[in-house]
Amino acid sequence: MKAPRVSNWFGRAAMAAPVDIETAALRSDRFRLEREGDWTRLEDILKRMEGGSLRRVSDEDLLALPALYRTAASSLSVARETSLDAATLHYLESLVQRAWFQVYGPRQGLFAWLRGFLLGGWSRAVREIWLDICIALAVMVAGTIVGWLLVVQDREWYYALVPSQFTDSRVPGATREQLLESLATKDDAGGLSIFAASLFSNNAGVAILAFALGFAFGIPSLMLLMHNMAVLGAMMWLFAGQGLELEFAAWLSVHGTTELFAILLAGAAGMHIGRSMAFPGDRTIMAAAAESGRRGAMVMTGVVLMMVVAAILEAFPRQLVGGTPDRLLIGATFLALWIAYFFAYRPAQTEGQP
Amino acid sequence: MSNPTKASRDRIMVTPEGISLPITIGTRGARVGALLLDFTFLYLGMIAIMLIFVLLLGSLFSTVLDGLEEQVSGVGEFFIVVIILFAFMARYAYFLSMEMGPRGATWGKRIVGLRVAARDGGRLTAEAVIARNLIRDIELFLPLAFILSASGGEGGNAGLAAAIWFAIFLGFPLLNKDALRAGDLIAGTWVVEAPRTKLADVMSTQGAASGTSGVTGTTYEFGEQELSIYGEHELQTLERLLRNDNDDALISVHQTICRKIGWAPGAGDERAFLEAFYSQLRARLEADMRFGKRKKNKFS
Repeated sequence: MKAPRVSNWFGRAAMAAPVDIETAALRSDRFRLEREGDWTRLEDILKRMEGGSLRRVSDEDLLALPALYRTAASSLSVARETSLDAATLHYLESLVQRAWFQVYGPRQGLFAWLRGFLLGGWSRAVREIWLDICIALAVMVAGTIVGWLLVVQDREWYYALVPSQFTDSRVPGATREQLLESLATKDDAGGLSIFAASLFSNNAGVAILAFALGFAFGIPSLMLLMHNMAVLGAMMWLFAGQGLELEFAAWLSVHGTTELFAILLAGAAGMHIGRSMAFPGDRTIMAAAAESGRRGAMVMTGVVLMMVVAAILEAFPRQLVGGTPDRLLIGATFLALWIAYFFAYRPAQTEGQP
Repeated sequence: MSNPTKASRDRIMVTPEGISLPITIGTRGARVGALLLDFTFLYLGMIAIMLIFVLLLGSLFSTVLDGLEEQVSGVGEFFIVVIILFAFMARYAYFLSMEMGPRGATWGKRIVGLRVAARDGGRLTAEAVIARNLIRDIELFLPLAFILSASGGEGGNAGLAAAIWFAIFLGFPLLNKDALRAGDLIAGTWVVEAPRTKLADVMSTQGAASGTSGVTGTTYEFGEQELSIYGEHELQTLERLLRNDNDDALISVHQTICRKIGWAPGAGDERAFLEAFYSQLRARLEADMRFGKRKKNKFS
C-alpha cells in the first residue's frame, strides 16, 4: 500500500479525506479511515528506517516520527476501547511496536558508541567497579604467593601448575644460563607479528572466560585468577632460585603490566556481576544482573583492546628490547598510562554517551 | 488463536508512555535457526573475502604459505596478521553492528522474523548488545568443547564437572519461560518476534455491509433478538472468515448462524448475508462498548 504523502502532518484537518469515509457504516471504521493517512505515513517512514541508513529518511520525516508514534499509540488506546475490528487492532499493535523499536532503538551506531567509549565511558565504567578491582587484586596477589609457597614446599607442584608449553627449558634444576636464554631477545622481528596476533586471540579468550564465569557469584572468576597467578608465582620461584628475579620481572613487565591489568579488570567485571546478583539490594536480581552486566560489558570491551596492546608489546618490544632497565621502563610506563587513563582522566559526561 | 502454543509466549510490555503492547517471545527453535543462519553467513562471507584476497594476491599468498616455516616477508606477514585479527573481529563486528542497527537483528534473525529488545520496555543500549554478544562464546562454544573432551574421558572428574557446569549455560534458554539465554539475562534483553502486519481493508465500506446484497438485492435487517446472541469472540472469528474468503467455510457458518437466530438458511447469497450480519453485530457491540458494556463471547 502506497502511503499518501501528507505535506504537513499538523494539518490533518485540512487534509482531503478519502471519499469513502462517509460510506463507512460503522463509527469505528470512520475513526480508522480518518487516521489511516498518519498510520501509513508512519509505516512508510518505519519501512525506510528499517531498510537501512537514516540517510533515506528526510529530516522532516525524522522530526515527525515521535509525534506520529504518539498519534498511532493514542489511536491504539482509543481503538481498544471503541473498535472490534481485530485486523485493525493487530495492525496498530504491530505498528506501534515497530515505531517503539525505532523511537527507543539503539541511538548510536557502533562507531559513535566507540568514540564515546574511548573518551570517558570506559574509564568511568572501570571506576564504578573499584571495589571489585580491589578484591580481584587481593586475590591475584594471594594467588602469586600461594603458587610460590606451594613450589617451595614441594617442587612437584611446579609441573602440576605450569602448563607444558612453558616447561621447555624453564624447569626446576635448569641452569642460570638456560633461564637467561629463555629471557633473551630473538635475533629479528620475523614472524613476530603473527605470534602477537595468535597471542591476542588466546589471551582475549582467557579474559572473556574470566568475565563470563562471574555468573556463579564470582567464585569461578576468582578461582581462575588464583590459578593463573599461582603459575606466575611458581615461575618467579624458579627464576629467583638462580638470582634472576629482577630479570624475570623486567621480562614479564613489558607486556605483563598491560596484560595482568586486563585480566584483573576482566575478573573484577565478572565478580561485579556475581556480587550484584548475590546482593541485589532493593532491585530484583534480574534488574541487578542487567545493570551490572552492561557496566561489565563496557569494561570487557576495553579489556579486549588492552589485550591487543599487550599482544603487540609481548611480540615486539619484549623480544627486541634486551636490557633489564629498558624493559622495566616500558612496563612501568604502560602501567602509569593505564592508571592515569582510568583514574585521573575524568571528562564530563555528555548526554547520550555511554 | 490458531496457534495454541502462542499464548504461552505472549507478554505485555509497557512503553515509557504507559501504553501496554502485546509482544511475543521468539521460539527457541527459531532462535537456533537464526544462529545457524548467522554462522553460515559469517563463514561464507569469510571464505568469500579469503578467495578475493587469494585471487588478488595469488602469488603473494603462496609465497607466504611456503615461507611460514622460515622467514616471512613483511607484506605477507602483515597479511597473515590481518587474517587472524579479521577472523576474531568479524564475528563480533557482525553481531554488534547488526544488532545496534535500526532492525535490532542480524540477518539470520531477520529471516526468521526475530529481533532483540530491552526487557524493561526502555531503550536498547549499545552496552546491552555488547554484553549479550560477549557471553555467547561462553555459553555456546566452551560448553561444546568441554562436553566433547569430557565424553572422551579427558580431564577426569574435573573435566566432567566443568562439562556439567557449562552444560547449564548451554541449556539456560530451556530453563526459563522467556527463553532467555545467559547473555540476555546479563544484558537485560530478550528476543521477540518482529511484527509485520499489513493494514487490511475496511470491512464496513465493502459488499453488503450496508445491509443490501449486491447479488440478489435483498436487504438484511437483524433485530435486537438476533444480534444479542453472539459476542466479540464470534464477531472476530467471523471477521477472519470474511477476510479469508473461503466459500465452503462461509456456507457452513451461514447455516450455523441461521439455525442459531432462527432464520431459514437460503443459498447463493451467503457472503452478503454474513457481511450484513457482521457489520450490524459489530455496530451493536461497539455501541454497547461505548457505554462500558462488553460481551466477550456467546456464553457471557
